[in-house]
Amino acid sequence: MEKLDTIVQEALQAFAGVTDAAQLEHAKARYLGKAGALTELQKNLGKISPAERPAMGARFNSAKDQIETALTAQREKIQSAKLNAQLALEALDVTLPGRGVHAGGLHPVTRTLARITALFHSIGFEVVDGPEIETDFYNFTALNQPENHPARSMHDTFYLDDGKHLLRTHTSPIQIRYMETHEPPIKIIAPGRVYRVDSDATHSPMFHQIEGLWVDERVSFADLKGVVVDFLRRFFERDDLRVRFRPSFFPFTEPSAEIDMSFGDGWLEIGGCGMVHPNVLRNVKIDSEKYQGFAFGLGPDRLSMLRYGVNDLRLFYENDLRFLKQFN
Amino acid sequence: MKFSENWLRTFVASTLTSSELADALTMGGIEVEAREPAAPAFDHVVIAEVIEVQKHPDADRLSVCRVNAGAGGAPLLQVVCGAPDVQVGMRVPFAQVGAQLPGVLIKQAKVRGVESNGMLCSAKELGIADDAAGLLILAADAPLGADLRKYLELDDQLFTIKPTPNRGDCLSLFGAAREVAAITGNRVTPIEVTAVQTLTERIEIAVAAPDACPLYCGRVLRGVNAGAATPQWMVRRLERSGLRSISAIVDVTNYVMLELGQPLHAFDLDRVVGGIQVRFAVAGERLKLLNDEDIVLKADILVIADSAKPLALAGIMGGAASAVTPATRNILLEAAFFAPAAIAGKSRVLGFGSESAYRFERGVDYAATEHALERATALVLDICGGNAGPICPAKATLPPRQPIRLRAARAQRLLGIHISADDIVRIFGRLGFACEKHHDDFTVTPPSYRFDLAIEEDLIEEIARIYGYDNIPANVPLASTAMLPVPEARTNVAAIRQMLVARDYQEIVSYSFVDQQWEVDFSANKDPVMLANPIASNLNAMRSSTFGSLVECLKLNLSRQQERVRIFECGRCYSRAGKNGYAERIVLGGLVYGEAVEEQWGAAKRTVDFYDVKCDLETLGGPDLRFSAASHPALHPGRSAKVSLGETFLGWLGELHPGLQQTYDLPFAPMLFELNLDQLMNHAVAQFTDFSRQPMVRRDISVEVDEKVTAQAMLQALRNHATGIISNVVLFDVYRGKGIDSDKKSVAFKVVLQDTQKTLKDVEAEAAIQRLVQVLQQEFQAKLRT
Repeated sequence: MEKLDTIVQEALQAFAGVTDAAQLEHAKARYLGKAGALTELQKNLGKISPAERPAMGARFNSAKDQIETALTAQREKIQSAKLNAQLALEALDVTLPGRGVHAGGLHPVTRTLARITALFHSIGFEVVDGPEIETDFYNFTALNQPENHPARSMHDTFYLDDGKHLLRTHTSPIQIRYMETHEPPIKIIAPGRVYRVDSDATHSPMFHQIEGLWVDERVSFADLKGVVVDFLRRFFERDDLRVRFRPSFFPFTEPSAEIDMSFGDGWLEIGGCGMVHPNVLRNVKIDSEKYQGFAFGLGPDRLSMLRYGVNDLRLFYENDLRFLKQFN
Repeated sequence: MKFSENWLRTFVASTLTSSELADALTMGGIEVEAREPAAPAFDHVVIAEVIEVQKHPDADRLSVCRVNAGAGGAPLLQVVCGAPDVQVGMRVPFAQVGAQLPGVLIKQAKVRGVESNGMLCSAKELGIADDAAGLLILAADAPLGADLRKYLELDDQLFTIKPTPNRGDCLSLFGAAREVAAITGNRVTPIEVTAVQTLTERIEIAVAAPDACPLYCGRVLRGVNAGAATPQWMVRRLERSGLRSISAIVDVTNYVMLELGQPLHAFDLDRVVGGIQVRFAVAGERLKLLNDEDIVLKADILVIADSAKPLALAGIMGGAASAVTPATRNILLEAAFFAPAAIAGKSRVLGFGSESAYRFERGVDYAATEHALERATALVLDICGGNAGPICPAKATLPPRQPIRLRAARAQRLLGIHISADDIVRIFGRLGFACEKHHDDFTVTPPSYRFDLAIEEDLIEEIARIYGYDNIPANVPLASTAMLPVPEARTNVAAIRQMLVARDYQEIVSYSFVDQQWEVDFSANKDPVMLANPIASNLNAMRSSTFGSLVECLKLNLSRQQERVRIFECGRCYSRAGKNGYAERIVLGGLVYGEAVEEQWGAAKRTVDFYDVKCDLETLGGPDLRFSAASHPALHPGRSAKVSLGETFLGWLGELHPGLQQTYDLPFAPMLFELNLDQLMNHAVAQFTDFSRQPMVRRDISVEVDEKVTAQAMLQALRNHATGIISNVVLFDVYRGKGIDSDKKSVAFKVVLQDTQKTLKDVEAEAAIQRLVQVLQQEFQAKLRT
């Protein structure tokens, strides 16, 4: 039975050197196979005396266990080496750019309009819309603009070929259309394109405006100041932004104000506002003794320029991709 | 309006600095647009007289001068001077050694070997004018040795104010001062004029249009010397207001207009035949104006005429024939009130304006007209001598100033502040408004110079202005908190934009007006909506499609070396509607050009095609989107589809027509699409239906059909018959080429089968597939491929 130990030693040695799964199975056959050394020895177990048999059996099983354990260990070692080799082979250059399409982007003025409407929506302003081709009535008359006002001339306003319709010069007609069909409380914000006969580095014949209107029983000038200041500070994400209201004149508001914000050492005009003129309320059959409110108009193009540091308004409408992609 | 700050301060004593004064005006509603010094900083420049001039021994263009720069016995100084016009006896600015001029320090120097102790200056060298032709020649009595800055009043600021159109009353020094006084709580100093009348001669005045001219005052002045020199102080104030000195009498009329806001006009009395008539022109009458324009009058133009002919455009401009010349000895001085409505808009029609028209269309103080005429008369007599007749007024009904009721409670509610009745009284007092108080209720009568006050809110604005907009708090408003609707059956535009952005599209914004030719080219639109007054001839039509704008954008970016362009725009398109109307619709237009994906290591280069863009649209439109072959003027007839959502027409998708590709000089044809955004936004809110948990079976059907048979027709037919256990049919392969006839194609469908209750048996599946194959065979003469 000394042979048993020798076989175990031999088997362990034989397995240890093998790196190939098939060779390992081959080596296994030499010890544990039908004609293997251990199997041969097992055949002789029967010849051993019954008294010795249990002890011998135990030794034999222990030897077999040792060989099988070694075999399993070697199998795992080979498998793991194989897996490691495969993994090494499959490794990618993870720094290569991803495949497929990337995202495009929104126009900077769209981004600005979206932020403006989101801010006003957050305090309950509903976003509404109106036509760009307007009549004299909605663009001027209903807004208390007198008949011979210079803004009505063809120097300032685009007229269509019927000589009657015009391209809205501001988003204020939306106020009128909305108030005609809704009862107070009214709380709306209306973005859109507007048109004026004007073109240079700071004026485009087409530009954007956003109109706000809040009409209720006690909406005051102090509320107007509060809403506009709050908006500008949230929009520019600067709590220290200074805003001033300067007396001004618009036919459709009384009192009226220009909105200026601090910029560098000075002030920059960014919109107009005021308390809705009682004539305007009367034009849409709202009782101006019971209801009052404010309206404001802001220039999203100007706000975009300030927010993103754009120095020429015309860039917004030239549509050069090298410009547009900067806002993606 | 531009003016000298020093002049303004003669009417109102204020302790405010220049910059505080400018701020106070701006915050009071009279915007100070610009404030600039009358002269740049310089020092040690005094008045000197040239005593001696000799040629420089070594330089032809230089003179060696000796100047007297101090009163009484000061030593003469030698100065080398380069001005060609230097002459003995001239009094000129002299920069002493040590003087700091704009950009240059004056030192004792040798100029070409000759000692020079200072510099004689031109206006340009002092930075006070652009004239560099010669020295700045001063008056013969300019005090020698005096500081030039003091002598010329150069320590002054030029204010440019921009009153809003409703505040014509601020278009004068006195008016602006009155406003400063109201804003700052100071008093305004009125101009005292003593009436002078030494003649009795009257002028006949007949006003035929009393509504347009409710007040006309004329006055005869005889024996004036129109050639007299305008005093320097007046020239200076005119110049600092941007007006050139013309002649003494014209200068006086301009000066009084600036001072008091009342435009005046002087006629050469000897050119006036008979009396004065104020009337509307007879159409066709001609008048040559002071600006040399010879115009043919229309019947809505108010004129000042004599018994024979029009003399002047009332309130706008005088005529050339009756203009005052240096030889004029007798004048008719006019001061009138023309109603704003009679003057408004006329400048635009005529194509030129004037300081006078600018003021009349905004409203001139009719209560001060005679005062201004007295003031002008006094100045003319002072400067030009002569004698004045009486003021001859022709007066009709002047604009009434109706009392306005103001309730303190209303002011408080509108402004959102607590302001007491006493504060209101105080504010009205500062503004010079006549006001009666009955508890918290006021009756206010606006002054004659305020044309902008008619209703209670106008007065509330006045209260707010003087109270100070800055002093009104910025409230965080309280409001009810009802929620706003969030309609799920309407995709919002932002979401649609984001979907395109996620698919590599860049948003653009282009003009709504386009070149009329684009309408012809891209929409075959022979009758586009045109602008009556386009800003440029190539921006003359309102677009009915975004295709032109998109192609234009492509061209621009190709010219800037961008090779891959994927753009979209959400914008409006315009068309005619009915006989007298227009319609607009909001569309989503897009253009795709270049490689399907940006050039990259992991994907083969491939130019984008119809089906790439179709997938983009399918993503937007969902499963109900339909495409059918149809032709569009801008698109390749074999590569264009009409897009619909269910039964609703949505728009177009296709490749640019090769003809247009050539016309617009594009290397390749882009893909274009345009969808009606309004319809695209509609989509049903999802409703859950139960689905089968039984195992799915897949069977494929591959058939050969005629090239003309469309995928959609086959899919529709299959889906129509796909009842019961057939849960889905998908087209997954199209093959042309080897083994298929040239006018045929092979199309393969994946059919998914599933029973709702049990595992499907092979025979059942087979039978269902056979039914589908039959459909294809019967409807499309399909040949089954195996």
